[in-house]
Amino acid sequence: MTRKQKRLAVIAGALVFLGGATTLTFYALGQRTSYFYMPSDLSAKPVEPGQRIRLGGLVEKGSIQRGQGTEVAFAVTDQEKTIKVVYNGLLPDLFREEQGVITEGAFDPAGNFVADSVLAKHDETYMPKEVADSLKEKGVWQEKDGG
Amino acid sequence: MVEIGHFALVLAFALSLVQAALPFIGARTRQDRLMAVGGPVAITAFAMTALSFLALVAAYVQSDFSVLNVWENSHSAKPLLYKITGTWGNHEGSMLLWVLILTFFGALVAAFGRNLPPVLKADVIAVQGLIGAAFFLFVLSTSNPFVRLVLAPIEGSDLNPVLQDVGLAIHPPLLYLGYVGFSVCFSFAVAALIEGRIDAAWARWVRPWTLAAWIFLTGGIAMGSYWAYYELGWGGFWFWDPVENASFMPWLAGTALLHSAIVMERREALKIWTILLALLAFSLSLLGTFLVRSGVLTSVHAFATDPTRGVFILALLAFFVGGSLSLFAFRAQSLQPGGLFQPISREGALVLNNLFLTTATATVFVGTLYPLALEAVTGEKISVGAPFFNLTFGALMVPLMIAMPFGPLLAWKRGDLAAAGQRLFAAAGGALLAGLVALLFVDGVTAFAAVGFGLAAWLLIGAVTDLVLRAGIGSVAPSVALRRFAGLPRSVFGTALAHFGLGLTALGIVSVTALQAERIVAMKPGDTVDISGYVLTFDRMEPVRGPNYTEDRAYFALATEAGRDLGEVISSKRVYTARQMPTTEAGIATRGFSQVYVSLGDPAANGGTVVRVWHKPLVTLIWLGALVMMAGGTMSLADRRLRIGAPARRKVKAAAGVPAE
Repeated sequence: MTRKQKRLAVIAGALVFLGGATTLTFYALGQRTSYFYMPSDLSAKPVEPGQRIRLGGLVEKGSIQRGQGTEVAFAVTDQEKTIKVVYNGLLPDLFREEQGVITEGAFDPAGNFVADSVLAKHDETYMPKEVADSLKEKGVWQEKDGG
Repeated sequence: MVEIGHFALVLAFALSLVQAALPFIGARTRQDRLMAVGGPVAITAFAMTALSFLALVAAYVQSDFSVLNVWENSHSAKPLLYKITGTWGNHEGSMLLWVLILTFFGALVAAFGRNLPPVLKADVIAVQGLIGAAFFLFVLSTSNPFVRLVLAPIEGSDLNPVLQDVGLAIHPPLLYLGYVGFSVCFSFAVAALIEGRIDAAWARWVRPWTLAAWIFLTGGIAMGSYWAYYELGWGGFWFWDPVENASFMPWLAGTALLHSAIVMERREALKIWTILLALLAFSLSLLGTFLVRSGVLTSVHAFATDPTRGVFILALLAFFVGGSLSLFAFRAQSLQPGGLFQPISREGALVLNNLFLTTATATVFVGTLYPLALEAVTGEKISVGAPFFNLTFGALMVPLMIAMPFGPLLAWKRGDLAAAGQRLFAAAGGALLAGLVALLFVDGVTAFAAVGFGLAAWLLIGAVTDLVLRAGIGSVAPSVALRRFAGLPRSVFGTALAHFGLGLTALGIVSVTALQAERIVAMKPGDTVDISGYVLTFDRMEPVRGPNYTEDRAYFALATEAGRDLGEVISSKRVYTARQMPTTEAGIATRGFSQVYVSLGDPAANGGTVVRVWHKPLVTLIWLGALVMMAGGTMSLADRRLRIGAPARRKVKAAAGVPAE
């Protein structure tokens, strides 16, 4: 191979490699990400049972029910619509009524949201950013919630 | 004292402006006296910043609540250690630490750069000064830690409890030493671009700085990971959290730089690429600073949110990244390109390493910033989490790890892949054996995990193979082999150790991911839970009062299945009084390299307490591996050819910087 051919071969190899990496990245972005919804978004744009999403909102007052063992049920609300969430596991330290949370999981066929992770931030003024933004848009945001 | 600190900070800003201007003008007009100003000014700027930092520490130690920053982040009942470390546990203080370390590196270049060509040294110091001036301006105008309160409150509002921890005391300084350490590489690269000349000697001068920054960054990331593991109580070691990614990207780029600089030093090739990597490593550090400090991301780390700060750092980011890349675009043509070389050779292997590492950096970059970009453009909110990174990053790491042991076994210029493969028979056999044993004899190992175990074994044995072959262990008399082994260059040990460390980390990650056991149960005193051959008995719950918190402490007794007592595990739920903030303190029992991890949850309906128990096999290897990597880096740093004085042996033409005109 001449010098020029060799150079071309190296460049072609690198391009194929980068092309592969790019394809993989976009495939993963399409498949492995989850969208964020508030409860009222879901009535406008329902999602299929089994599709993974992130559901955010406030924990409705008086909705927390502790089951046998580690099961917990609560309702997530954005003051317009409310969705029932079931979760089996340890709740974060700052999980409280009327606090912002983000839960990740999917709907079961019965219409309950089965979460496999519940997030609340480690700061007493914390409100998840997505939740705060959406609540502000809806006008139910109160500064004392932690702005 | 506080005003002295404030004043010293302003003075350091002024000195940085001088440091940025005079040596630069001197270098352009070839005036030795102007260029010589840089060194002493850089050292004085560091002294002033140190004074300023000490003043803030003093305010924290004395609990001077007339200082806004101290009032917001400290409490008189806090233990002394956390009063001191609280200094950098907040936005303003940590930015002060950032500039302190920046000026520290500037002073180091000034003090130890005696054998650098004067023009190069002047340019490097000037660029350091420019970065310093920009960040001093940022600290003074948007994040001044010395702002006073008109009426001094009696008590402070305490430091965020999760930050009151030894791990967090060490994590930011280490991380910043790494982040900011890359500023020196950046300055060297900019200086080389300004002068339009670069050679092997340049690579030799830059390499120790890259290595030092890389060692600290490795330590900082590992420390942060371990802190998150035990303090947040979730038992995870890496969350692909945007802020973790922010520190991981410069590490990946820095690792690539470390390897490409070797090629440049030995073979005078990859010059332009090395320069670009040096610019990228620090640009990614700046990006990390922006992501963390501007609060654009939702993450466990974003404690500060203030739009003016975000805009300011964004402007700094645009200036330094945009400026340096434009300079690169204009000047890279003027650099003499190095020659091409055979793909199967040591340098070819190092290029492959660079290709994988930079692509991996790019995937992390996309995954971290794509949600931000999408939200800014369409308003849609998505989360890119572990599944994305595991797929893309993982797919890139596997071939890199397969290729890794080959690299050091290939000769420069023209390597022999078949010969290298032959030498790696032992490693391949060991890897196959490890995979098969895991698959057949360990419960719960999938084929996928078995491949992981095999890969880890491949890395570990492959790293040792190079040392064994070079010393001739097994092929020559033991005494000769021992003498040869002791006489190997330190950089060879450095490579072997660093690669071995990566193997350990990989083994830890594979083992925890594949074999970790988890139990979530509601327990009352007297209840037991079995996990991976251990029996954990809930003994009792006791209220305890700490210096600035109260806690419910749960005592567990750990024993083997056979009934042998292994001591007590204590886990607790704390409430920090000042902020009324609850935290979970995990109880961890270390057995060999494995750990039993106990975390407390809420009261359960039946009157017990929800307890989450994990058995994490070989989990400590994840961080021990990082320590071994750091040891490898330190070994390389101690190599003769990088030590001060060694440049005396350099070639005459390497004495760059002498005016060519």
